[in-house]
Amino acid sequence: MSNIAGTKSSLNWAVQISVVLLVVLWIFPTVGLFVSSFRTADQISSTGWWKALFPTEQSETLRAADPDDFAVQLDDGTWAVTGNLYEEGAQASISSWGTSSRDISAYVPGDIADLGDGETITMNETGDYVWTSVEQPSGRGQRVFVTATNPPEFTLENYDTVLGEGVIQSILIYAAAAAVVAVVVGFATKSVGLSNFKMAAYLSGIVVFLVLSLVYGLGTGQGGGQASDNMAKAFFNTLTVTIPATIIPITVAAFAAYALAWMDFPGRALLIAAIVGLLVVPLQLALIPLLRLHLQIGIGKGYLGVWLAHTGFGMPLAIYLLRNYMAGLPRDIIENARVDGATEYQIFTRIILPLSFPALASFAIFQFLWTWNDLLVALVFLIDSSGQTTVMTRQIVELLGTRGGNWEILATAAFVSISVPLIVFFAMQKYLVRGLLAGSVK
Amino acid sequence: MNPALQGLITILFGVGGCVAYFYLSNLFLDKVLFPARGKNAGQNINRANMVRPWLFLAPALVALGLYLAYPVVETFRLSVTERLPGGASQFVGFENYRRMLAEDKFWEAMRNNMLWLLIVPAAATAMGLLVAQLTDRIKWGSFAKSLIFMPMAISFVGAAVIFKLIYDARPAGQSQIGILNAMWLEFDGGIGSIIILQIIPILIFAFFAVVVFYAAWITAGPVIKPNPHSQISTVFKALRIVAAAIFVWLGVLAALNVVDVATAQFDYGQPQTWLTIPFWNNFFLMVVLIWIQTGFAMVILSAALRGIPEETVEAAVVDGANPFQIFFKIKIPQIMGTIVVVWTTITIVVLKIFDIVFAMTNGQWETQVLANYMYDKLFRSNDWGVGSASAMVIMLLVTPILVWNVYNARKEMR
Repeated sequence: MSNIAGTKSSLNWAVQISVVLLVVLWIFPTVGLFVSSFRTADQISSTGWWKALFPTEQSETLRAADPDDFAVQLDDGTWAVTGNLYEEGAQASISSWGTSSRDISAYVPGDIADLGDGETITMNETGDYVWTSVEQPSGRGQRVFVTATNPPEFTLENYDTVLGEGVIQSILIYAAAAAVVAVVVGFATKSVGLSNFKMAAYLSGIVVFLVLSLVYGLGTGQGGGQASDNMAKAFFNTLTVTIPATIIPITVAAFAAYALAWMDFPGRALLIAAIVGLLVVPLQLALIPLLRLHLQIGIGKGYLGVWLAHTGFGMPLAIYLLRNYMAGLPRDIIENARVDGATEYQIFTRIILPLSFPALASFAIFQFLWTWNDLLVALVFLIDSSGQTTVMTRQIVELLGTRGGNWEILATAAFVSISVPLIVFFAMQKYLVRGLLAGSVK
Repeated sequence: MNPALQGLITILFGVGGCVAYFYLSNLFLDKVLFPARGKNAGQNINRANMVRPWLFLAPALVALGLYLAYPVVETFRLSVTERLPGGASQFVGFENYRRMLAEDKFWEAMRNNMLWLLIVPAAATAMGLLVAQLTDRIKWGSFAKSLIFMPMAISFVGAAVIFKLIYDARPAGQSQIGILNAMWLEFDGGIGSIIILQIIPILIFAFFAVVVFYAAWITAGPVIKPNPHSQISTVFKALRIVAAAIFVWLGVLAALNVVDVATAQFDYGQPQTWLTIPFWNNFFLMVVLIWIQTGFAMVILSAALRGIPEETVEAAVVDGANPFQIFFKIKIPQIMGTIVVVWTTITIVVLKIFDIVFAMTNGQWETQVLANYMYDKLFRSNDWGVGSASAMVIMLLVTPILVWNVYNARKEMR
């Protein structure tokens, strides 16, 4: 029997290792984006992001200070420019350097390079240099090529550029404060014995975050230029599209789902079949006819149009999910309520809606993710030529086109756009999974 | 006005309006139209109960009809008409379809869509099944699953940016910032490169070819050598022959690929712009969707695996089945229904795929797909006829799944 036990444990190890590999493979791309959003443009283009976590050796071209401003005449009549090649705070350690692009590692720190015409330059490991000259030097600062080991370095600069000065810092601080409050409230309500203490914790966290940002504002209000204006605006536009487009279909679909689940009327079965059929109708078909309709009846391109469109496109899934869930609720409760003289409206609002909370939450997450991540519907029904109503996905596609090389902006913008769905995803994964299971496996 | 404020007001009006509609219309029905008192009380209650479902359904039905049912009809009408200057339109029969079929770009989109259809649902379902099975029994399985599930929350556009960073190419000599090129440059044409780039792919293709030929043999078997004890209908015979033909075709393709890979000359040491290599770039785009959809397949299949009765597995263990036999012969057959559901769901996503292609290549370098072709026709060339015709093609491709879903739903309700 021992060999069977042996194979079992070795198989178990193989399983563990392959799961680790799969998980690493799966999160690797996202981590790449995340890490890149904290690196400067130079860092991104000089090394792959996977090297960013370790000290890297990189070759750079740097210049000594401008001799016209910084040259000092020494007592013996020669001139000298002293200083450090790096900006303040850099912690590079130079391993070799050179003064000609043909031989960039001709010297090690401490060597003195002869530049000809009586000029010499020397430097130590940290980039402190002394550039001396017999004549008064002029023109641009001396160019040097250094190969140095730089410690890992991360910056919030990109977020300042994309979101505006100081925005990310205040968001992080407020989020930390909100998390602390949420934890305290969660424990407090749990010890009091409130059954949905998690909900209380979430809500208090969100309230604290909103109050802090309303009272103290986000950042200094100083924009980081065009990119920041557009991205911050696009963020709010996306929110403006998403929230009504999530809440309105739920309200409408809940009533319809109740009618389909608990009311008897001719044609009910047919209607349910029709909704199952409409679940898969590609929304591509709706683009031209509905855009035309919107233009004819005067809605035009704008928020109202996109809200209506998302409501329509989300409706089959909403009705389907909610009906399946409501149909599974115990019949006794509803019939007892009917016997007790409750109206259908009362049964719906007092009994069905509270009991259906998990299904409502599942659909809300679906619809939220789908509207937040949507590009096509926004392109067709929302974004007009003025460009005032652009959403984040559109903004990112635009950046991909115009600034395909500006990875620091692109990565940061993309990460800002995916961070909100990710937060929702991790906070409410349970409901998402439940909804998926209800929607597909029957 | 601040858009956030505007959104808030809309939520209040929208939700308030909905609730007010339902409340007031019910009130109107019960108190004014058919009051439950007076001499017709009983009759009135019955009447009210007949009308009420439609009150509850009305807004949803309007939304469904206007935003999903009407467009199907209207798109069909647009696809057989031509716009005339001045807003009028004229019936042109199948002229738009003829023009569309004559376009190379359309056939390119069709070919690519078929490639997507063939590969993405299969790959995502298989990966999902693999992860579901592997994580089933390990302690940190749910943590691993939630990380693999995560891409589901990421937009196609976000994923496009993420993968553009992976596929990024810098000129030779500069340090590569795309991981794929960084790895590619590690290959130097030595024995390691030949093993990884040629021998392993050849084995995979050969294995695939053998599997599909075997599948073709199994499918066609009952038709070629009819079993005297069981008669199969002509329809199923025809279906079996069609399926076998598809398998044979796939097998031939795979066999041809073996030859291709064996004779391929690789550009060692040269950074590749992956998204511009015709034909193969389709696969680089598909990876993005597989990355996203694997989590979906995993969640559903993992629930199905959990639902398998423990006794069946135990019986197999007692009979001395090894883990692979248990997986393929005991578990897979029991969750076949769920696998089909996952497969069709991902198929529908693939048929509508737009954002990934739009953001990454916009259909250049022979990566066009139907939805993006349609978008091009509708909003770039402003050719509504051909655009609508291609939308109808997407609808046509979805229809079998639609019919199948409705059929199953009806069966369940009975």
